[in-house]
Amino acid sequence: MSEAKVVAPVVVGAIRKRSRGMLADMAVRLVKEKPLGLVGAVIVLALFLTGVSSNTLAPFGYNDIILSLRLSPPNTTYLLGGDNLGRDLLSRIIYGARISMVVGLSGAALHIIVGTLVGAVSGFYGGWYDTVVQRFVDSLQCFPSLLLYLTVMVIIGQGLVPIILVLGISSGFYGSRTIRSAVIGMKENCYIEAATAVGSSVNRTLLVHVLPNVMPVLIIEFTLSVGRMILSEAMLSFLGFGIPPPLPSWGGMLSGPGRQYMLLAPWMALWPGLALAIAVYGVNMLGDAIRDLWDPRLRGGVGRYDRSNVKKRAPV
Amino acid sequence: MLTYTIRRLLLIVPTLLLVTMIVFLSVRFIPGDVIDVMVAQMTSAGSEVSNSNRAVLLEKMGLDAPIHTQYLRWLGVLPQKDGAFRGVIQGDLGESLWKNRPVTSLLAGRLPVSLELGIIALITALLVSLPIGIYSAIRQDTWGDYVGRSISIVFISVPSFWIATMAMVYPAIWWGWAPSFVYIPLSKDVAGNLMQFVIPGFIMGMVMGGTLMRMTRTMMLEVLRQDYIRTAWSKGLSERTVIIRHALKNAFIPILTIIGVMVPLLISGTIIMEQIFVLPGVGLMTFEALTMRDYPVISGINLVVAILVLFVNLLVDLVYGWLDPRIKYR
Repeated sequence: MSEAKVVAPVVVGAIRKRSRGMLADMAVRLVKEKPLGLVGAVIVLALFLTGVSSNTLAPFGYNDIILSLRLSPPNTTYLLGGDNLGRDLLSRIIYGARISMVVGLSGAALHIIVGTLVGAVSGFYGGWYDTVVQRFVDSLQCFPSLLLYLTVMVIIGQGLVPIILVLGISSGFYGSRTIRSAVIGMKENCYIEAATAVGSSVNRTLLVHVLPNVMPVLIIEFTLSVGRMILSEAMLSFLGFGIPPPLPSWGGMLSGPGRQYMLLAPWMALWPGLALAIAVYGVNMLGDAIRDLWDPRLRGGVGRYDRSNVKKRAPV
Repeated sequence: MLTYTIRRLLLIVPTLLLVTMIVFLSVRFIPGDVIDVMVAQMTSAGSEVSNSNRAVLLEKMGLDAPIHTQYLRWLGVLPQKDGAFRGVIQGDLGESLWKNRPVTSLLAGRLPVSLELGIIALITALLVSLPIGIYSAIRQDTWGDYVGRSISIVFISVPSFWIATMAMVYPAIWWGWAPSFVYIPLSKDVAGNLMQFVIPGFIMGMVMGGTLMRMTRTMMLEVLRQDYIRTAWSKGLSERTVIIRHALKNAFIPILTIIGVMVPLLISGTIIMEQIFVLPGVGLMTFEALTMRDYPVISGINLVVAILVLFVNLLVDLVYGWLDPRIKYR
């Protein structure tokens, strides 16, 4: 009896919390519990807005050459200075945000789509299909990601679309394991058995009952993937196998013919990397916070290591 | 344990076969017109095949046979045209299109540089990540923990190639000092060689250290929640003993395996660092082969690296069981 009294308000509370909507609830918890995640969210929002409105924000075009600006240090008109060809670095950084945003979001989306197609289907149906796909993923994982990206980029050629395809599809295969194990874990649940008993077909069970429940896993994977996509694109462009030169990729701005001028104009080496570091930091922080908020195992609380607790108990 | 080892070794065979197929097919999927580009490129560069034509190049790459024959020849199961078995199984990875030397001997010459870089990076990563990771875990949710976690996130987020570029540019401007662009072999000048390797090694170690730090913290937190840690506390042991003797010893097993899994990251790192600091290792060789589209070298490197990773993973699995007696092999 007394137990029921205790339980009731908790349940009511849970329902009330639910009614706020999952996303709103997450946002409130982000602000309350994860200050660093909030910083990350602000950075991500800033990156997104800069990427969307590059045209209006940038004072000049990304490839506009102003001869007097050649190797010019930062000043009041050209806040970040100019590069070796006389292009305004601020404008190039702003347009670079658009490239990073596009690659980050579409690459991560492709990662999730491919990962789900490969992982969820393979985990759910099992059997020989699963075995074959898993051996393939095994062998793909033997190749260091950068080596794989570089080799494929050499074969299919440079450009924005190839890079999104390469990063997205190969990450989808690399990451399909996580989704697969989530689906396999889900399969053991009673409600899946119930759905099958009621007569739900295999495909319907996968689409209607399993996939919505692995959604948190997919969203966590997505946010963590965005940072990796941005960093990988920059790395490939830096090595000269990513987005070809006139386009202002942050990684590409650190390499190419500009490198010999960096001793004369060191700000050329400073800004793109700084922008990249801040963007990736923000995305990672937000991704971490979302994972912590969503994954009940990482919430702490019961069973958590606490020295003060132990010290108190020790004399007993 | 012996049956497990054998079973694990047998399980590697299909993966290994798929790896060779991926390496083989990736290069064979080059669109046909690339061959024309290669002929033109080689003619203008005046390489060994400058006076040859498309057919010679096709034959040199063995592209004139049916694809399954090509694969089996490359693997070393079927004889080459001259009747000799020269394939992967025989340890022959073909010849470079440009340097007219076997890929294996090119690789062997470059390996020591990458190995040295990798070892320096690994040592740096361990020295940085273990103390901070452990401190972060035993002082969870304190300012020290926040600082530790921030350091690890910064290490993960800051692109290594940017730090490396800055390390090339700023010391040169401020102090007129830059690392040497001419490779100094270890056998000639130990100090000079180390000076050359320490900076790239340290930067690589930082990137790995960031990930390792988080892993250390997570593993330590996991272990610190266990009952035997509470028992150790209730016995009245000092914190030092509880952490080092009881917690770290158990947390270190998964950490050790993660270090093994980090080999691919290490290889990716060498490609970038050797390119920036002009160190003649496997990474720079990969970069050169990719720029010159030297496909036999590219597939040779891919194959060797993939096999290396595969066997390191196998080793890690076996060592895991050897270190952790709780694991029972079935």
